[in-house]
Amino acid sequence: MNSPVEHKPSNVEFSDVVTHDSGRKTMTLNMGPQHPSTHGVLRLVLELDGETVVSCRPEIGYLHTGIEKTLESKLYYKALPMTDRMDYMSPMSNNLGYCLAVEKLLDIEDAIPARAKWIRVLMSELTRINSHLVWLGTHAIDLGAMSMFLYTFRDRETLLDIYELVSGQRMMSSYFRIGGLMMDVPKDFDKSIRRILKNLPDRIDEYEDLLTNNRIWQMRTIGVAKISAENAIDGGLTGASLRGSGVKYDVRKAFPYSDYDKFDFQVPVGVHGDVFSRYQVRVYEMRESLKIMGQALDGLPEGPYIAHVPGVILPPKPDVLSKMESLIYHFKIITDGFKVPRGSVYVPIESGKGEIGFYIDSDGTNVPNRVRVRPPSFVNLSALPKMVEGSLVSDVVAAIGSIDIVLGEIDR
Amino acid sequence: MMEDKIRTFLTGRFGDKILSEYSHRGQLSFYVQAQAVREVILALKADSELKFDFLTDITAVDHQGQSWEKEGRFEIIYILTSLKNTSRIILRTKLQEDAASIATLSGDWGCANWLEREVWDLMGIKFEGHPDLTKILTVEELEGHPLRKDFGITYEMPQFSHNSSDIEVVPDNPHH
Repeated sequence: MNSPVEHKPSNVEFSDVVTHDSGRKTMTLNMGPQHPSTHGVLRLVLELDGETVVSCRPEIGYLHTGIEKTLESKLYYKALPMTDRMDYMSPMSNNLGYCLAVEKLLDIEDAIPARAKWIRVLMSELTRINSHLVWLGTHAIDLGAMSMFLYTFRDRETLLDIYELVSGQRMMSSYFRIGGLMMDVPKDFDKSIRRILKNLPDRIDEYEDLLTNNRIWQMRTIGVAKISAENAIDGGLTGASLRGSGVKYDVRKAFPYSDYDKFDFQVPVGVHGDVFSRYQVRVYEMRESLKIMGQALDGLPEGPYIAHVPGVILPPKPDVLSKMESLIYHFKIITDGFKVPRGSVYVPIESGKGEIGFYIDSDGTNVPNRVRVRPPSFVNLSALPKMVEGSLVSDVVAAIGSIDIVLGEIDR
Repeated sequence: MMEDKIRTFLTGRFGDKILSEYSHRGQLSFYVQAQAVREVILALKADSELKFDFLTDITAVDHQGQSWEKEGRFEIIYILTSLKNTSRIILRTKLQEDAASIATLSGDWGCANWLEREVWDLMGIKFEGHPDLTKILTVEELEGHPLRKDFGITYEMPQFSHNSSDIEVVPDNPHH
């Protein structure tokens, strides 16, 4: 074990009062790393003049686990469970991005069965709602609306039940596979999804009753942490944080993947670029996601749930148990993985947080040379100082909530 | 069609500074001379027709140990998106190990600041002119750049304590 060393952050002073040349006094305040409203382990170094934020410097890295480095020593199919653990609010979206990137590298996109694509879409939209429900609950509790948290987590339970139904796991589902899905959906799937489609719209109305026209909510969110469209683009914001400023960019529409172009849905955009606009965009997005889920369920094609690509995709289990060749393939893929031709691709998808992209560089072997995750929360957080500088310290809490970050994915 | 436009724009305007074109699985990208990267990117951003005004990502790849390492150990990748045309372009540049530095984009895009800090922290590429090129994800005490291929994955993180001077470190007993 290494011997302990004294930890001294180099460029940031701890709580300090500084007198400037002009005679103005400012105080440095540490918000976090352990603070309930920072949604993880995030530290903000705020320089305050009274209650006004003069400057804000986010310090991150507390959850850095070196996922990108670890992936460089894992077989392609073994990397999948690690993607769940980055953004643990939307495991299936991360799975989807990774699978699509590897499928593109292997050039087997056309072999993916329609049923797998549609179930992927359905589950990704379920994941988006899941992510937004957690965001709504925690964002509201940050601003003092305690009961919202209980309501949204009650409804999130029903979504986690679906995760459990299809994959056996409630959070780190790893349900998608390179080439398709882990297994087909069970018998009760249709009934369970329809129950959600029936109940959730009323629940979303209920959230809106509690918040949208609530005067306290409006006063805490309208006009707070504004960011203009130009600044949002300059800051690289994606997801609802970008669309809240009126920029209509959604990867699902701009660069359709996994048959998204066959679904009919709207991309809501805000007008004012404040916390309230971002709130409205996400609430509308939940309704649109329900619409997509309904279409996916109604038109769910029959057929296989995983592609047939010998040497890359595991053969069906009955074959493995009865045929010699399938058993050999199974053994070879599990132990050696599969080789991916040399080259690199960038594949983005629209997750609940924004554009999450996978850049994979292959050198022709069975492990990736480099996996880069373009983290939406990381980039969105880097624009936080622009939103909060000049506003009150209590609005910082609203701003953090409104950009919907998850530190597991920022630090990776 | 969009691809042709980009190709004519780049080769017509920059000529030799565009080293080669690389297309893989339908994704178009260009290798650019390291000194010209910022110039090319800003031209793509400013052009009213192409309008690549959204910087999606900056990242780097280490090619150490591969047969094509001599072309340049590090590869810097810029991913640009045009919101107006909904098109994407990837620009690449190769850097030798002893000249691992490149012009910063942090004055041109707000998001470049952190993206470049991450590349510096994890891959050790210097961005000339960056206002605050400091570590972002790893701790101060960690030496080296973890995503480089010569950085082992068994590295043990430093142990932290607020009272390290009070702690007596007992040397490992060779008999245990």
